[in-house]
Amino acid sequence: MAAEQAKVDPMHQFTIEPILGSQNWEIAGYNIAFTNSALWMGLAAIALWLFVFGGMKRQLVPGRWQMAVESFTGFIDDMLEANIGKAGRKYVPYVFSLFMFILFANILGLLPVGLFGVHPFTFTSHFTVTGVLALLSFSIVLVVGFAKHGFRFFSLFIPHGTPVVMMPLIFFVELASFMVRPFSLALRLFVAMMAGHLLLEVLSSFVISGFNNGIGTSVIVVIPTFLLMIGICALELLVAGIQAYVFALLTSLYINDAENLH
Amino acid sequence: MPQIEQLAATYSSQIFWLLVIFGLVFFVIGRGMVPKVMDTVAQRDKQISDDLAAAEAARADADKREEEWRQRENENRAQAQAVIADAKAQAASKTESKLASAQERVDARLAEAEARINAARDEAANEIQSVASEAAQDIVARLAGMNVAKQSATAAVKKALING
Repeated sequence: MAAEQAKVDPMHQFTIEPILGSQNWEIAGYNIAFTNSALWMGLAAIALWLFVFGGMKRQLVPGRWQMAVESFTGFIDDMLEANIGKAGRKYVPYVFSLFMFILFANILGLLPVGLFGVHPFTFTSHFTVTGVLALLSFSIVLVVGFAKHGFRFFSLFIPHGTPVVMMPLIFFVELASFMVRPFSLALRLFVAMMAGHLLLEVLSSFVISGFNNGIGTSVIVVIPTFLLMIGICALELLVAGIQAYVFALLTSLYINDAENLH
Repeated sequence: MPQIEQLAATYSSQIFWLLVIFGLVFFVIGRGMVPKVMDTVAQRDKQISDDLAAAEAARADADKREEEWRQRENENRAQAQAVIADAKAQAASKTESKLASAQERVDARLAEAEARINAARDEAANEIQSVASEAAQDIVARLAGMNVAKQSATAAVKKALING
């Protein structure tokens, strides 16, 4: 198809399509069609379950798989303990789920399953998804903050040593930066994933159209572009990990604000 | 950009399925499985530290036992040394007393032999005197043809013997 048209729509990969004839499923008037996005969420969840299940042998001397799972839980545990302290341990289930779910989603979206006719879909490139995850983290911060400190939680917006005259202004500046957090959290992941996939798709369209234009453009355009794509694929794998890490790290930093104020 | 174009049509399904699936991930994996994995790690860490503590205790015990053994060994050695010294001293004194008694016996025999020799000498001297006086009597009788009394011969011999 793409080769015949010699044109690739780089945005098409982000299209959400209902599958299994579910486009009319509804709850209370809201459409809840089971889409390709939901399918890949499910696949990420199943892959994550399989991964963690493989590490549940609970051997005293761990095998490789158990070691891998334990190093991930230990990684999250260490991160929370470093950022929040002892109180951070109770957030391990949430931050682990968040980190691993985003990581598996990012990596599954990069799998070259297109070779077998399956259309991979990266649901973390949709701000509806990243937004919900960001709001979840943000509401945990709010709930924990107000439950633990009550109205003293507002002192978070006045840093230590602020002169009294500056307090109202600083309060609103800090409040604004606080309220922006869920947006920055959601947009960072969404933009990073979308940009990477877009870049790969644009480069692959260069490869396809250059290849169709004959041997000359093949040598000049296709080979360098293809080499670049290989490099960018590696970079995207790195970004997949880094963005999941950043999301989890920022979540733990925000929870730290709620747990310990300043 | 399908994210925006399809927003109105798909936001509810996106949010619904994300909440359902992430909820499952959180409750099944995050709450259900992760604590067990971490529990395993904690158990292993505990076992390792317990083993290390046990090894440390065993080492301390071994050190203590060695110290005790060394002390006992030193005591035994000292004791053995004392026994040896004692035996040496006993043997030396026994040897000394044996030597002394042997010396005594030898001395006694020497004294006895000396006495015997002296007695023999005296006897011999007496015999020489009587033989000399008889010989003097004989000589006088033959030369002078006169008999000398035994007493005067003996006195003369005695005189001559003393004057030498």
